[in-house]
Amino acid sequence: MNEGTASSLRLTPKQQRREADDKTVFGFWLYLMTDCVLFGSLFATFVVLRNNTFGGPGGETLFSLNFVLAETLILLTSSFTCGLGILAARRGQKNLVLWLFGITFLLGLAFIGLELHEFNHLYNDGDSWRRSGFLSAFFTLVGTHGLHISTGLLWMGTMMVRVKKAGLSRLNVRQLTMLSLFWHFLDIVWIFIFTVVYLFGVVL
Amino acid sequence: MVVGLLAAAVWYFHGHTVPVLEPSGTVGHKERNLIIVGLLLAVLVVVPVYAMTIFISLKYREGNPKHKAKYSPDWDGDRRLELTWWAIPGIIILVLSVITWNSSHALDPFKPLVSDKPALSIQVVSLDWKWLFIYPTQGIASVNYLRVPVGVPLNFEVTSDSVMNSFWVPALGSQIYAMPGMSTQVHLMASKAGGFYGSSANISGAGFAGMHFTTQAVSQSQFSGWVKQRQQSPQPLSQSAYDGLATPTLNNPVAFYSHVKPGIFDDIILKYLPPSDREAANLHIPGASI
Amino acid sequence: MISAIAGLFGRLNGTALPHEPVTQGGAVLMVLSLLAVAAILTYFKRWKWLWKEWLTSVDPKKIGVMYIVIALLMLARGAADAVMMRIQQATSVGAHHGIISSDTFQQVFSAHGTIMIFFVGMGLMFGLINLVVPLQIGARDVAFPTLNAISFWLFASGMVLVNLSLVVGEFSAAGWLAYPPLSELKFSPGVGVDYWIWSLEVAGIGSLLSAINFITTIIKMRAPGMNLMKMPMFVWSVLGSLSLVAFAFPILTVTLTLLFLDRALGMHFFTAIGGGNPMMYVNLIWAWGHPEVYILVLPAFGVFSEIVPAYSRKALFGYTSMVWAIWAIVLLSFLVWLHHFFTMGAGANVNAFFGIMTMLIAVPTGVKIFNWLFTMYRGRVHFASPMIWFLGFVFLFTMGGVAGVLMAVPAIDFQVHNSLFLVAHFHTMIVTGVVFGFFAGITYWFPKFVGFKLHEGLGKLAAKLWIVGFVLAFGPLYILGLMGATRRLDHYDPSTGWQPLFIIAGIGVAIIVAGAAVQILQLVVSIIQRNENLDNTGDIWNARSLEWSTASPPPHYNFAHVPVVQSRDAWWVQKRGKKPQSQPYHSIKAPNNTASGVLAGAFSFVIGFGAIWHIWWLFGAGFLATILTVIIRSSSEDNEHTISAKEIAAIEGQRSYA
Repeated sequence: MNEGTASSLRLTPKQQRREADDKTVFGFWLYLMTDCVLFGSLFATFVVLRNNTFGGPGGETLFSLNFVLAETLILLTSSFTCGLGILAARRGQKNLVLWLFGITFLLGLAFIGLELHEFNHLYNDGDSWRRSGFLSAFFTLVGTHGLHISTGLLWMGTMMVRVKKAGLSRLNVRQLTMLSLFWHFLDIVWIFIFTVVYLFGVVL
Repeated sequence: MVVGLLAAAVWYFHGHTVPVLEPSGTVGHKERNLIIVGLLLAVLVVVPVYAMTIFISLKYREGNPKHKAKYSPDWDGDRRLELTWWAIPGIIILVLSVITWNSSHALDPFKPLVSDKPALSIQVVSLDWKWLFIYPTQGIASVNYLRVPVGVPLNFEVTSDSVMNSFWVPALGSQIYAMPGMSTQVHLMASKAGGFYGSSANISGAGFAGMHFTTQAVSQSQFSGWVKQRQQSPQPLSQSAYDGLATPTLNNPVAFYSHVKPGIFDDIILKYLPPSDREAANLHIPGASI
Repeated sequence: MISAIAGLFGRLNGTALPHEPVTQGGAVLMVLSLLAVAAILTYFKRWKWLWKEWLTSVDPKKIGVMYIVIALLMLARGAADAVMMRIQQATSVGAHHGIISSDTFQQVFSAHGTIMIFFVGMGLMFGLINLVVPLQIGARDVAFPTLNAISFWLFASGMVLVNLSLVVGEFSAAGWLAYPPLSELKFSPGVGVDYWIWSLEVAGIGSLLSAINFITTIIKMRAPGMNLMKMPMFVWSVLGSLSLVAFAFPILTVTLTLLFLDRALGMHFFTAIGGGNPMMYVNLIWAWGHPEVYILVLPAFGVFSEIVPAYSRKALFGYTSMVWAIWAIVLLSFLVWLHHFFTMGAGANVNAFFGIMTMLIAVPTGVKIFNWLFTMYRGRVHFASPMIWFLGFVFLFTMGGVAGVLMAVPAIDFQVHNSLFLVAHFHTMIVTGVVFGFFAGITYWFPKFVGFKLHEGLGKLAAKLWIVGFVLAFGPLYILGLMGATRRLDHYDPSTGWQPLFIIAGIGVAIIVAGAAVQILQLVVSIIQRNENLDNTGDIWNARSLEWSTASPPPHYNFAHVPVVQSRDAWWVQKRGKKPQSQPYHSIKAPNNTASGVLAGAFSFVIGFGAIWHIWWLFGAGFLATILTVIIRSSSEDNEHTISAKEIAAIEGQRSYA
């Protein structure tokens, strides 16, 4: 061990911050992976129970593909605006960031609104989660995704307040980056839900 | 002291049987033989490990007075040696894998036993907290008591009208889970006459410990006599009698029934299925545990 | 009006207090001990000290100690449960009905399993990980110090919930894995299963967060020069184990949640009727449960991989094949879950596949044992008490492994499944693997973190008592299983002839308890005689890895200079080389203490308690408080303070080198 390597170990404050960013984003990826396993388990549960309607209605009578397609397009668009928001954040365009995340937020809100509408509709028709194993699995899988989206919205709201107040600080940009990772991840999960729950539910 | 312990052990095992190792059924017998083969294969690894542990611990211990033991503090590996102990257990496991594959098929509980005698069908229902045994052909039933003929294949169909249990008579062989809304199967055959202990092997609530029963294996003629006698039992197993039986009780005494309501076993399973599926369900496909 | 107020408390009312003498006694004992501790703290005016130095600490060395303290207390609780079970089964025969009712007995064995796995096994494991991993990789901290405190407090909160069930309400009587339909509302209408669900839910999320934290720490914060193949074997084992946590614990979270949705909202995931599927629960819980066994045992293997070379004065034999063995075990442990229910009626092909996968695990495990033995070969083995634990492990674990390979053959499993043979098998694996391993680890690292070593003679005596007691306690259970005795019986018939063996098993447990008492004595004697056993060198065992290069106990910042690693056994090589020139000290940044962890523990407790008793406003308030706290706290970086070069020079100046 020579003197040179040892002293070069001391990091400048800038390097330290970069290292902190690096660690945090890596940790967040790990979290997303565990969330993937969580959704994987819920998908497995849904697939096992999807034919257990216990005399109640199945997907083909309950789901409207057009409605779900609208939800899907809204969420995909929100992912796009979220991506543009991150690009703007990297370039330091504070107002553009606020606009783009504002649009993303509204789209997310619209998505949650539509989902709640669907749930409410099913519930009032007597097709609640108590009706059958299939409906329990449906409400839980789709609802868990909805809870994630709601958490994302809460996060997005606070981030917008913080960006407005403190600007695009290093900490805020790092958190916006993780938020966008989270949002894209939820988008991908939704694509699977669209396919496995709704499309297969109507077609198969 | 060692002698004393040995004597105590000999005395103890003289007085008691170890049914898994001294089975009275054909399936249990094959499973016992598997245990012995497995143990013999394991000895091939265990004995060297124990011998090495003792030898190395003694020879290379600090302060070994003989001072001759070699010391190579930086020796941290040897390709050939390491390969050896990946390979040797690997080979043993390979042998055991073949045995596993074959025995899993040969002793699959759903597989009927080959015999020149016609099989006896017995339906088993676990209830809170007792066992109901139905002999559908004979039209009789018993609670917490099982009587079977020696040398006759026994086809058990097992379900539960409560929580999960496990039907196990160690002297005969394999156990199988009893689960509501579906039937599992186990095929056994008594090879010796005798009274054997049977129980539930899966926790099922307050009265679980009382869910044991005696299995009496008797000759074919004694069995037929017993069936005739039980067919005269005053108590019929009607739906209402069954419903009474299905209410939770602890340490239920042995009871016998005649005139079993036909199809009662299927009804017990079907009530867990939605009405629309009840007609379509075919409960008797071999291997269909759903 | 009264009913409206009563409604505020959900299912909670006066009947929740314990009814049976044994549980009342336990509850009173627990409450009194807590009051006693509170009184002592007040008398010595130590509350502020406790809060500032411990409860709000983000130092992994302190968090590690807190994990181990809780785990040892829980070991006492779990052992008390074990003693009750042994007394019950030795006496409850024929006309005699033992000391407790069947319902209490069932709560006792459910609590025993839950506590031993989640709060003893996991607690000792995370304790050692917190203490040792940062030091072994030459880091000053973990990746996310605040998150680490939160993980610990979630663990503590789960522990409080389990124990609260003794005083308020009841615990699950459905076994440590609570199979439905028995655990469904219809068959278990009380709060017991809900206590089980929420204590594991809370503690499980803590474990998951810890895994994320320590994987990031190991991947991102190793000392310069320490590439993966130069990491100490304990770190490798932890990486393997925590990868399993990251993949398996989300499954547990989902499974527990679904069971709770069934119970609280009337869903039909695992109900027998309504389109549910109880067999799906059994699959899901074991898809977590089997990896869990390896989660516990891999770090214990890692401990042995540190101890054996240190006390043999020789490099670990077969480093590369050890690494391969760890990852083979990690991979295989996800492919074997079905062996826990061969008797559920899957086809012969499925059973045979899972049986063969199970046996395959014996190969990498065997490789590790051979490598340890060859580490001792041509070494100079010092049989300190950790090595006694190791020898006990080799002899007993191998036996347990043989039983395991036998049970991996489905046709054999049909004859021993759920019998006491199975109980004996998994206790052999977990007690001699996990517990012996962690005891060895605690003895080995004790001087590093406390500054003096434990009394050797008493340590050896304790190990020997545990080994002898273990053989007597579990040997008879193997035989009982082959005699047809199933697990979890609170009563049996004298005609079975089992009683003499149960009595021997009881004597065995008494000897184990004597061993534990000797361990307590060992701690007391060691504290009294501490001045004779001080570790002034920081390297009391002449060991090999980086934690021994710093002082004992290590300073808050671990290393004054970040170590530079050039080889495996970095410290061993460094101390045999020439002494490095002294270098100037530089200031170090360290995270501030935070109350976030305590708050997370408190809120998760409130959420769990609300859910258990269906006090929904409390449940909601807990969530709201959590969300608000996260929003407020996340707007700032982890607060840091600077330790100046002068302070470091002063601290390092006090350190004496032998």
